[in-house]
Amino acid sequence: MADILGAEVDEEGFLVDLKDWTKEIAVEMAKGDDIELSEEHWDVINFLRDYFEEYQIAPAVRVLTKAIGKQFGKEKGNSKYLYSLFPYGPGKQGCRFAGLPKPTGCI
Amino acid sequence: MAKEFDIPKLPTYLEIPEINEGVMEGEGPFKSAKEFQSPLGFPGEKVDNWQEVAINKMGELKSKYRSVQVFLDACVKCGACTDKCHYFLGSSDPKNMPVARQDLFRSVYRRHFTFAGKYFPKLVGAKELDDEMLDDWYNYFHQCSQCRRCSVFCPYGIDTAEISMAAREVLDSVGVGQKYCNQILGKAITIGNNLGLPEPALRDTLLDLEEEIEEETGVAVKYPLDVKGAEILLITPSADFFAEPHIDGLIGYGKVFHQDGVSWTMSSYASEGANFGMFIGSYDIMRKAALRIRKAALDLEVSRVMVGECGHAWRVAYSFWNTLTGVGAGATDEFGQKLQNQLDSRYPQPQHIIEYTHDLIQQGKLNFDKSANDDRTVTFHDSCNVARATNMGGIPNGQFILPREVIKAVCNNYVDMERSTIMESTFCCGGGGGLLTDDLMEIRIKGAMPRMQALKEVEKSDAVDTLVAICAICKSQFSKVLPKFDFDPYMIASAHQLVSEAIIMDKPQTDDAPAEEVEEASETSVETETAE
Ligand code: SF4
Ligand code: SF4
Ligand code: SF4
Repeated sequence: MADILGAEVDEEGFLVDLKDWTKEIAVEMAKGDDIELSEEHWDVINFLRDYFEEYQIAPAVRVLTKAIGKQFGKEKGNSKYLYSLFPYGPGKQGCRFAGLPKPTGCI
Repeated sequence: MAKEFDIPKLPTYLEIPEINEGVMEGEGPFKSAKEFQSPLGFPGEKVDNWQEVAINKMGELKSKYRSVQVFLDACVKCGACTDKCHYFLGSSDPKNMPVARQDLFRSVYRRHFTFAGKYFPKLVGAKELDDEMLDDWYNYFHQCSQCRRCSVFCPYGIDTAEISMAAREVLDSVGVGQKYCNQILGKAITIGNNLGLPEPALRDTLLDLEEEIEEETGVAVKYPLDVKGAEILLITPSADFFAEPHIDGLIGYGKVFHQDGVSWTMSSYASEGANFGMFIGSYDIMRKAALRIRKAALDLEVSRVMVGECGHAWRVAYSFWNTLTGVGAGATDEFGQKLQNQLDSRYPQPQHIIEYTHDLIQQGKLNFDKSANDDRTVTFHDSCNVARATNMGGIPNGQFILPREVIKAVCNNYVDMERSTIMESTFCCGGGGGLLTDDLMEIRIKGAMPRMQALKEVEKSDAVDTLVAICAICKSQFSKVLPKFDFDPYMIASAHQLVSEAIIMDKPQTDDAPAEEVEEASETSVETETAE
């Protein structure tokens, strides 16, 4: 299995053990996708981690956009903005950087 | 990471492609690790005596499902099905011709279960089940969405979908499972939905939604959860809570219930419509998932069970729930019969949300401002499971008529796609049958080509800009593949999303006391299914 900074990741690049997560790992994962993490990225990543801690799952798209809009301004509360930060999707790419499991289902 | 591949061009007329041997050869989707196999009772990895286990399993399936044996014996190689599969049309790999796909399974069946195959294997195309064959099974039976289009054109009605389910069941039995399906099934049978959405998250998501709708419309539309004594239990795909445009459909269901004034609820214990047990061909697991619905219906003492917009859910509900759970007629065990007596026989059980809305429209109970959808020109994608395995409204072809009538009742501009690509001949979206995973993106995109081609034509001729579907997988698949074919990904919509836009919320606001709320429905009640 592959690893990132010594932490094991699965075939899709998600952390196997969520406890392994560090900020450095997030930076490294983003680098692999040619993204430099800005403050805006971190706002989303931190929200994802907080939400996960409370609910054991990633937030629904609508919950995420609404929360980001509320906290950081209405112009940011839409999926277009989130996709501009995470081109592969706030759910899939954002969750990976945040050390969350990949949301899967009929989505 | 992913291999490079060409995105198919969209021709003006669909043509039979020139064959490209082996273009879709490969290792197939990610395999399921032990942690996802064991909870379903499958071996964690490929077992040592896998050949023996596989052949025994095939023998078992042959006697258990008569249809599979008939399908394996009946094919006369007439060729009528060869160009009917969207995966063949989009990929040009000859192994994606339905008959060739069946032959992967049939050749082994011949070798082991027919006289001629045992003694004259070469003459009848009988083959050994070796590693190479097993790899081919894994790869090509995960390039079939079990959509049954091929069966419509076969003079014998041979259904490749059933063969592909059987093949996947054999694969699971030797420890070669698919990660996507099996991981999801694990969540469905422990947490209650495919996403793994636990009760508090679900509850908060619904509260959020209520708040948002009230802000927008000024009407307090409710999304009740675990309300005991409600009339209707709604079973909907969990994607409806999570993804777009699914959630816009959920908003629509809520508004319709609100206008009707009926009491309804969802269940946190059975919060999933889609039943992946069917994809992997496992009746036992399909039953396990379905029994959660029975338990929820009994615990919540509802008198009606309704299904949201989900193709596979409706297929399983329509064809199997009666015997699996007692929703419908024919249950033989105690709890199944108990539920049958509990449900109100004046309504279809189960009932599809489209049937319900359609019925209310017929009764004149809903009013619409159709101009709210005037910015759209709409076409409808018949989800293959609904189209070819179910009915609606109890009238012939109701499954084609009802959704179209609902759409036309709420919007002025509607156009159908080419006749040979809709209704019973509908082309699958390309992501069904357990294929909706990133590691299968190539076949998903290629398999979407025939549907995209028909869509492109109505875009050109009628400026269609909205594609409506009533299946969670279809909606997700389309939002991913549409941009690959130069469409706007946001053109995919839920049927009840259009209902939601146009419905006039004129019911006088009441503050009826809500029905009694049960806490922790899943814990406090007696287990109706003994855990093993
Ligand atoms: S995907 Fe559909 S048309 Fe193709 S082989 Fe499978 S069931 Fe038949
Ligand atoms: S149409 Fe039916 S009989 Fe003809 S080749 Fe296909 S599966 Fe065989
Ligand atoms: S996702 Fe939709 S079109 Fe595709 S197989 Fe399922 S019901 Fe059919």
